[in-house]
Amino acid sequence: MIQFIVHDENDSVGVITVEDLKANDNLTGWIMDQDKLMDIKINQDIPIGHKVAIRDISEGSTVIKYGVDIGRTVSNIAAGDHLHVHNVKTKRW
Amino acid sequence: MDLNQKIYGFRRENNRVGIRNYVVILPVDDISNAACEAVANNIKGTIALPHPYGRLQFGEDLDLHFRTMIGTGSNPNVAAVVVIGIEPGWTDKIVDGIAKTGKPVKGFSIEKRGDIQTIAEASKAAYDMVHYATGLQREPCDISELWVSTKCGESDTTSGFGSNPTVGNAFDKLYDIDSTLLFGETSEITGGEHLVKDRCVNEAVADQFMFMFNRYQDMIERFKTDDLSESQPTKGNIEGGLTTIEEKALGNIQKIGKKCVVDGVLDKAEMPTGKGLWFMDSSSAAAEMVTLCAASGYVAHFFPTGQGNIIGNPILPVIKICANPRTVRTMSEHVDVDVTGLLNRDINLDQAGDKLLENLVNTSNGRMTAAEILGHQEFVLTRLYESA
Repeated sequence: MIQFIVHDENDSVGVITVEDLKANDNLTGWIMDQDKLMDIKINQDIPIGHKVAIRDISEGSTVIKYGVDIGRTVSNIAAGDHLHVHNVKTKRW
Repeated sequence: MDLNQKIYGFRRENNRVGIRNYVVILPVDDISNAACEAVANNIKGTIALPHPYGRLQFGEDLDLHFRTMIGTGSNPNVAAVVVIGIEPGWTDKIVDGIAKTGKPVKGFSIEKRGDIQTIAEASKAAYDMVHYATGLQREPCDISELWVSTKCGESDTTSGFGSNPTVGNAFDKLYDIDSTLLFGETSEITGGEHLVKDRCVNEAVADQFMFMFNRYQDMIERFKTDDLSESQPTKGNIEGGLTTIEEKALGNIQKIGKKCVVDGVLDKAEMPTGKGLWFMDSSSAAAEMVTLCAASGYVAHFFPTGQGNIIGNPILPVIKICANPRTVRTMSEHVDVDVTGLLNRDINLDQAGDKLLENLVNTSNGRMTAAEILGHQEFVLTRLYESA
């Protein structure tokens, strides 16, 4: 049973695809482009559709999804953290 | 999926194929809405398209108004049109534009007559048009004769994984049989504009695309008061897990598949001049964009959603595709094509694309979409600036 999906193995994030996941749950994810599986433990409750960091990302660096820049971090993010508008902002506008 | 099978559509006087058969009562301006709605109430089988504009517009904004009105009346999903305006000048301009298609169209103006006499005369014309339209027969047509547009709404991260790539897969297959396709949503390409530019057929088209893209960016820079968070991405997008415009854009672009080439660029409500995939400069607001697609002559629309946008259009059937299991569970009456199977690998993208194309065939043959059954008829005009 897959609980999150990653577009590409070089991405910084995966997307939760099931409901009601809680902090400290151990998840299995599917990396689409390479068709591989990976495991991660999440540090907070993360809703369906929201992102989990799959690697540590330091403050002020770039978040990669689809192999492309999707914004900048505004705090340090650890693997397993919920990654969203509270810790990532657009580089445009 | 056999894309050489026939669909049963309405072949219009100009040889375009429609999949619906409306008799439209079209107001030129806001103050003619009441007369149009009265005619539509008198004469069964007609539909009024009330809207809030059409007075004191000027320049490019007025040109867009005329293009949208003429384009809507000219759409092959429309069999015949009654146009009502306050005065004859702009009314006749719209009538003459629609008449170029060869379909029945008649204009009425209210000054020197008043609402009641206008409603009586227009009702008589509408009566004859309903007889005409309902006497038409569906006939076998090629799938490639359907003009298909796309725009997504209330997207979330499942749109980028599931429903948008499903449209992309279907677009790749339709492109292969020489269909006429459309995408747009200029601001919602922000962060992925280099990817769309690389897909343009030649440098001239790439330059036109970047001109439209930069024009929209300049407008946003001019009017913005913050980073647009909660507007673009929307509150619903953020609730669904999308964080930045860049992330939203990369999901959005999945709709043009992997193989389609951008063959041309259109301004708002302009009509394509050939087959292939067209980019139309447009707002990313659902009802505005879909209204422009209808005005550009498109007869079926693919609308992927994540959180559950419920939009429809009065003349353009909107087919909703969703990959979010929570949305499909809680809002099933709004979903035409369920592709949640993609997320747990029960189906692959090729199967999801075929599922959408099968729905396109059924919808073209007359099966109503969720939005049609639920009465969603959002007709929303794009404005460029204030009236004079």
